Amino acid sequence: MGYSQFGAMIPELIILGIFLVVFVADVFSRDGSAKKFLTPMTTVLFGLGTIAIWLLPSCEVSVFGGMYVNDTASMAIKAILNIGVFIVLLQSAHWVESDEVAIRKGEFYELLLVTLFGMYLMISARHFLLFVIGLEAASLPLAALVAFNKKHYESDEAAIKYILTAVFSSAILLMGLSFVYAFSGGSLYYSDIYTNIASGQMSGLLIVAMAFMIAGIGFKLSLVPFHLWTADVYQGAPTAITSYLSVISKGATAFAFFIIFVQAFGQIYPDCWEWMLYAVIIATITVGNLFAIRQKNLKRFMAFSSISQAGYIMLGAMTSSTIGLGSMMYYIFVYIVSNLGAFAVITSIENKTGKVGMDDYDGLHKTNPWLSFAMTLAMFSLAGIPPFAGFFSKFLIFTSATSTGSMPLYILVLIALINTIISLYYYLLVVKAIWINPGEAKVEAFKSNTGERAALWICVAGIVLFGLVPYIYEYCYNAALIPGLGQ
Amino acid sequence: MDLNMLWYLVPSVIMFVAGVYGFVTRKNMIALLISLELMLNSADLNFVIFNRFLYPGSMEGMVFTLFAIAIAAAETAIAIAIIVNIYRKLHSTEIDEVDKMKY
Repeated sequence: MGYSQFGAMIPELIILGIFLVVFVADVFSRDGSAKKFLTPMTTVLFGLGTIAIWLLPSCEVSVFGGMYVNDTASMAIKAILNIGVFIVLLQSAHWVESDEVAIRKGEFYELLLVTLFGMYLMISARHFLLFVIGLEAASLPLAALVAFNKKHYESDEAAIKYILTAVFSSAILLMGLSFVYAFSGGSLYYSDIYTNIASGQMSGLLIVAMAFMIAGIGFKLSLVPFHLWTADVYQGAPTAITSYLSVISKGATAFAFFIIFVQAFGQIYPDCWEWMLYAVIIATITVGNLFAIRQKNLKRFMAFSSISQAGYIMLGAMTSSTIGLGSMMYYIFVYIVSNLGAFAVITSIENKTGKVGMDDYDGLHKTNPWLSFAMTLAMFSLAGIPPFAGFFSKFLIFTSATSTGSMPLYILVLIALINTIISLYYYLLVVKAIWINPGEAKVEAFKSNTGERAALWICVAGIVLFGLVPYIYEYCYNAALIPGLGQ
Repeated sequence: MDLNMLWYLVPSVIMFVAGVYGFVTRKNMIALLISLELMLNSADLNFVIFNRFLYPGSMEGMVFTLFAIAIAAAETAIAIAIIVNIYRKLHSTEIDEVDKMKY
């Protein structure tokens, strides 16, 4: 084999190229004023990279003996995540110029790009070795990013909670993987595991292995019994990182989860992990919603909202079919714009005033009508109110979950529907604080920065248009037509 | 006495359970890291055992273990850096003191 195989990993090479350019520019411009160009340069480069990934012809490539596969679905989810990261870069453009962070902003971009690189590997991996490397490359730099506000104690507390739970979950995942290895016939390729784990021979060890795998990946996805780190980390981390954690990291892990459990463990789906996933989804949606109701800090509130949204995303994995994967990718796409829209508002208000409490938003519409409008749209979309994209993504994911027509799945969707109504209550609490709560506005009128405004415009356009333009769902569905999935 | 696979798997399971127990009960962050290391190493041990006894013809488990050891080292390095950061602010490495954010 030659080095030519690396040429097939085009999305990874693009990210790596941007990383190297940023790294070299950062290292060779020690002078404080010379770093002014770093933020616009990274943003523009990444924007170009995003466009390049969207325009790439999606052909199926498989290199390194099939360890790395870039099929249409992987390309599509990478392109989707790239847009999310681009929005995160835009909305953090002002924060990285603040006095405390400006000197280290090069590191911020480098770590961000490395985590994205890890997620790409995780998405494209068809061998568990590459998957574990990608998972760790995605989660270890994130710990450094969570601790990025070095002078704030909360950031450190969040980081230690994040790294300890991340390593704990990796250990559990590796343990489960070692049990899987015992069944796999000596190979850790997804396809070999698929053929070697026959549906007939069930054993206790295999069930334990599956439970460990779901627990290990569930930690990263913050599914409920494994969600306890989420709220603290989201609250303590810098807001740009919180938004990154809540959408990009979650979307990549959800996709990798789907691929692993369908392509490696699809044979034992009905006997083994269907009911596990079933129970975990019900717990995730319900607990996330119930705890979100009592939150007063908006970042914690978004943390619990993202836990329950992760439950909805995993609904797509219940059917393990093309329509499930397509709806899941569409849901992730819509979730990216809705959640990042909310976070763009939170970021710009926090940068200006330092306020993140929900009662700080009382009467916001009197001073900042545009921000209030954007926040309202984001909340409506997250709750799933019809004209906005969130409604269509929920509708499609419910449709995909019921497409097999089995009774337990109808009950699951019913529970999810009831939870949608509960979630409407707490999302509307924010809207109520903005538009209805009496009292003087606690946030003075201000003009948000260019980057934040650009991020908000993209998000608002996405929230309004994604549901109404059928092309987006068709794109996701066509991309999900990969071999090995049923209709 | 014939040493079969079970004799090797039992220590690995004991290590894993000890790691989980230590992670839950220990109060010092460094001790937590040691417990995590135990858990990771027991998984590595499992890979080597299964490779040696079940699939002696291939090397996949051994190679996986090498990568897992490297990853575990990276994890420890980052965790230690964060603990040093916390120690500078609190002058303590007790996990009970890191509880400003709750519920």
